[in-house]
Amino acid sequence: MHNSRNRLLNQIRAIEFTTLELNLFLNSHPGDQQALRDYNNGVRQLKALKNEYERQYGPLINFGFGYSRSPWQWINEPWPWERESNRGCN
Amino acid sequence: MWLYEKKLQYPVNIKKPNYKLAAAILNQFGGPDGELAASLRYLSQRPSMPIPEAKAMLNDIGTEELAHFEMIQAMVHQLMKDAPIEEIAADGATAVYYTDHGRASWISTGTGVPFTGAYIQSKGDPIADIYEDMAAEQKARATYEYLINLADDPDVIDPLRWLREREVVHFQRFGEIMNKLYEWKDSKKIF
Ligand SMILES: [Fe+2]
Repeated sequence: MHNSRNRLLNQIRAIEFTTLELNLFLNSHPGDQQALRDYNNGVRQLKALKNEYERQYGPLINFGFGYSRSPWQWINEPWPWERESNRGCN
Repeated sequence: MWLYEKKLQYPVNIKKPNYKLAAAILNQFGGPDGELAASLRYLSQRPSMPIPEAKAMLNDIGTEELAHFEMIQAMVHQLMKDAPIEEIAADGATAVYYTDHGRASWISTGTGVPFTGAYIQSKGDPIADIYEDMAAEQKARATYEYLINLADDPDVIDPLRWLREREVVHFQRFGEIMNKLYEWKDSKKIF
């Protein structure tokens, strides 16, 4: 279970890293068409991956940004700073 | 407002405890060139920025630094968690930190000097502020290089290297903002 969860988390990390990088780049190059296309592409991929993650493991972001099954999944361990949450990720 | 995403930006998975190394890394948590100082510096400076690119950049890099603050906390936590007490007791400096904070991550240097707002500045002058931010990124990069020199565990070195890379990118982005600020300044002189 940990393995498939962490594999999915790693895919999310990889895409989110590129969208974050493109976001910072676009902040200083707001007219760059290629970067903008890549950014919007990443958004689409990231949405699909996050939906998949939340369907299986509960919300990645709380405060109304992700569905939860019962009982309330937000309190599920492990939390990111715990080693178990990062096992098999690198 | 801010949202919390329940994952680390880059994974931290340290198998071998090392309290002394944790204390050194704690400097990037609450020390002078650490991630908290970086985040609060950029977020505090946002309202002084005269151009949209600068506002967005300070907002977003200030936010990313909080994700790095969390990665550093994960490193400190995992290195301290199962460290044998004999190892902590054997070193004078780490024993003092242990006496005050146990295995907790407190916003301080590894020797327990508390975090202070005096580490950072908001001058209200956009060019002075962005120069400070570029210097801060270089100081953080140098700190990561010193920490990499101190570390001998690949599980520790890997995320430190990744964090060092981020400082290089942030420096580059702030440099681009600096050029835009000079353009803004020149355009104002015409009137
Ligand atoms: Fe940075």
